Amino acid sequence: MALRLRMSGVQKRFGATQALRDVSLEVGDAEVHALIGENGAGKSTLMKVLSGACKPDAGAIELDDRPFTPKNPHHARQCGIAMIYQELNLAPHLSVAENILLGCEPSRFGWLNRSRRRDLARRALAELGHDALDLDQPVSALSVALQQIVEIARAFVGQPKILIMDEPTSSLTQDDAERLFAVIERLRQRGVSIVYISHFLEECKRVCSRFTVLRDGQTVGAGDMQSADLAHIIRLMVGREVTEIYTRVPHSIGKPILQLIDLQGRVKPRGVDLTLHEGEILGIAGLVGAGRTETLRALFGLDRIAKGEVIIYSTPQTHGNPNARLKLGLGLLSENRKEEGLMLNRSVADNLTATRYAPFTRLGFIRGGLQRRCVSEWMSRLSIRARAPGQDVTELSGGNQQKVALGRLLHHEARVLLLDEPTRGIDVGSKAQIYKLIGQLAAEGKAVIFVSSYLPELLGICDRIAVMCRGRVTAVKSATEWTEESIMAAAVGHAEANA
Amino acid sequence: MSDKRAASRTTTLLNVLGPFIGLAVVLGLFALSSEVRPYLFTGANFKIILLQTVIVAIGALGMTMIIVSGGIDLSVGSGVALTSVLGATLLVKGHSPATAALLTILAGAAIGLVNGSIIAGLRMMPFIVTLGMMGVARGAAKWVAGNQTVNAPESPINELMRRISPNTLFPLPPGVWIAVGLAIVMTVVMRQTVFGRYVFAIGSNEATARLCGIRVQLHKVIIYTVAGLLFGIAGLMQLSRLTQGDPTVAIGLELDIIAAVVIGGASLNGGTGSILGSMIGALIMAVLRNGTNQMGWPTYMQEIIIGAVIVLAVALDRLRQATSRQ
Repeated sequence: MALRLRMSGVQKRFGATQALRDVSLEVGDAEVHALIGENGAGKSTLMKVLSGACKPDAGAIELDDRPFTPKNPHHARQCGIAMIYQELNLAPHLSVAENILLGCEPSRFGWLNRSRRRDLARRALAELGHDALDLDQPVSALSVALQQIVEIARAFVGQPKILIMDEPTSSLTQDDAERLFAVIERLRQRGVSIVYISHFLEECKRVCSRFTVLRDGQTVGAGDMQSADLAHIIRLMVGREVTEIYTRVPHSIGKPILQLIDLQGRVKPRGVDLTLHEGEILGIAGLVGAGRTETLRALFGLDRIAKGEVIIYSTPQTHGNPNARLKLGLGLLSENRKEEGLMLNRSVADNLTATRYAPFTRLGFIRGGLQRRCVSEWMSRLSIRARAPGQDVTELSGGNQQKVALGRLLHHEARVLLLDEPTRGIDVGSKAQIYKLIGQLAAEGKAVIFVSSYLPELLGICDRIAVMCRGRVTAVKSATEWTEESIMAAAVGHAEANA
Repeated sequence: MSDKRAASRTTTLLNVLGPFIGLAVVLGLFALSSEVRPYLFTGANFKIILLQTVIVAIGALGMTMIIVSGGIDLSVGSGVALTSVLGATLLVKGHSPATAALLTILAGAAIGLVNGSIIAGLRMMPFIVTLGMMGVARGAAKWVAGNQTVNAPESPINELMRRISPNTLFPLPPGVWIAVGLAIVMTVVMRQTVFGRYVFAIGSNEATARLCGIRVQLHKVIIYTVAGLLFGIAGLMQLSRLTQGDPTVAIGLELDIIAAVVIGGASLNGGTGSILGSMIGALIMAVLRNGTNQMGWPTYMQEIIIGAVIVLAVALDRLRQATSRQ
């Protein structure tokens, strides 16, 4: 098989950090290549080098056996390297067609050729198997999955040789992910090489033919994905043996602490009945849009409750704002770390203690020394890698940011933890830590609701799992009675057939 | 790692020192002129500069809080005019100076309360609400004053901004000391209190603030009201300086104040800013005015220079942030 891309001996230093030490990467023609590594291993930097966003200090890149030195992102794109970022880059008010041809509008003397634009957009979507998409809709009206298709179509219009996809499935449901895999296969058949960055190894196994593992800015392994042993890959990623990623801490289930009776929001949820006990980890599975996040938000007082009842410690507490909920000992971890979960330009200390300054205040005055000491303790307990409590959270990696957000609930001493996708987009090491932490919390008698789209982790750590579909809870069973297939069946509404 | 820590300490140091350096540079540039130099660094001139800073500085205290919380207030100039006219009218009607001063300050707070309540209650953009208030307050000032200036009778209020013994730096007028005292109080409030953290939290990320149980809307009302209180004090200083209530005074003052806050390192996106920085920003503006006056440059040159300095200051800030990110 011919080589499309060869990168060798790539080095890059940012200030005092050596982001890339010695990286090599080889991607074949029409190959889907998995680029694997923990957060901070250097994947993004490597891709920035390839896409011209930053210049390497040393090393060589060859594209189709010719030396290639991208001068800037525009030059790289012209040479056939397209990138699709984790955070989508679309103009929300513009239509599908306008977005697909953004920056390369067909025109004559500056006048737009609208019908040609529609043709080109239509053709690109057809190539991806999405001919049915309405070209005139604003993209803000589309689901995340379809927005991603629009972005891929935009990349496709430029006839890329190499398409880089960064965590493309992180916010997709399983169904949408399947559709995306089909699109990837079509791209591959049209001769596009794909660099596929993902934390989901099972997924890499499905779509990729080869892999390269990075650790601490170095290539530590590469090989054939299909025959690879996942445990071996994990070992390469973390550089140590991860014996059991889903740590089970023994815990016992106590009396009910929280009860939802026919909970309804303005749109979603549409009738949720759930009971949560002390020392219990209750998983909620479901497709994106099933109303899981909305249930937590209504319960936490962020969204209005239209109907139904919330009972906390056997007292009806249906209506309340986040402030009142926090006082009752509830805590919510937002699924949207950057937009809701954290104040990015504030310090670790202020983010971690925002709900409870009481331990180090007197008459409303904060005693900085006590706050720093308290935060330092949390940082070492949760092994948050930050220089100091005063460092801005924006400078931390995703996993460490998430631990800060989770640390806030622990510092608050919340007794009911509502965790919405707590492991999204973070590295394997941090994930394992979070699973263990959740187990320990349950052992302390705390109650946890764990919302996730990643079924293995739900099955791995939950006591019971509820499945939501179209705004309702369709089934609740002990985790041992569920399988990935039966959860998926319940989530798409085939519960009756399965029960 | 230690490299990194040292680097981050340098950037924090730069963050704190930035406005000071700016002030030194501005003073240094004017000192280049041999005609201006002997006069620039005299106590008498510094007294004038400080006196010219007081109103913008007190306004900037409130504005810093508002801008850090992610808001803006365009009604300050009109508010200052309205409160100063109100104070003068009360004195004319024979109220005691203490009553007049108190009511003047409370009127400022009331304007802020209205702004904050509308912004929080109706979830409206601060820009629009305070733009509206800018017109309303200016109109109200003219109404109260009967469309003319109101001469305030002799009272202790006039002493706040009076320049006694004009040839020495000390004694400084009470207004300067009041501004310094308020600045210290506001620094402590912003840095050392839970309320201050909430102001930063709301400006940094309102959704997170809400998630953390901070009563965002309530705090917005408090922020605008306290800021209004400070604008009322600025109005009192305005009254003292002119010894009359003039409904057409302080047009565009809000822009000077916003410029001072932004030169001091605050971001209009909220979440960053400091009282000390804003105070230096206010001083820079006053020194620029003073220096260009002494160079004998026409006022249009002043305006051009000040406009350019605002853009330059923020551009430098951006550049510094970009390099510290590397």
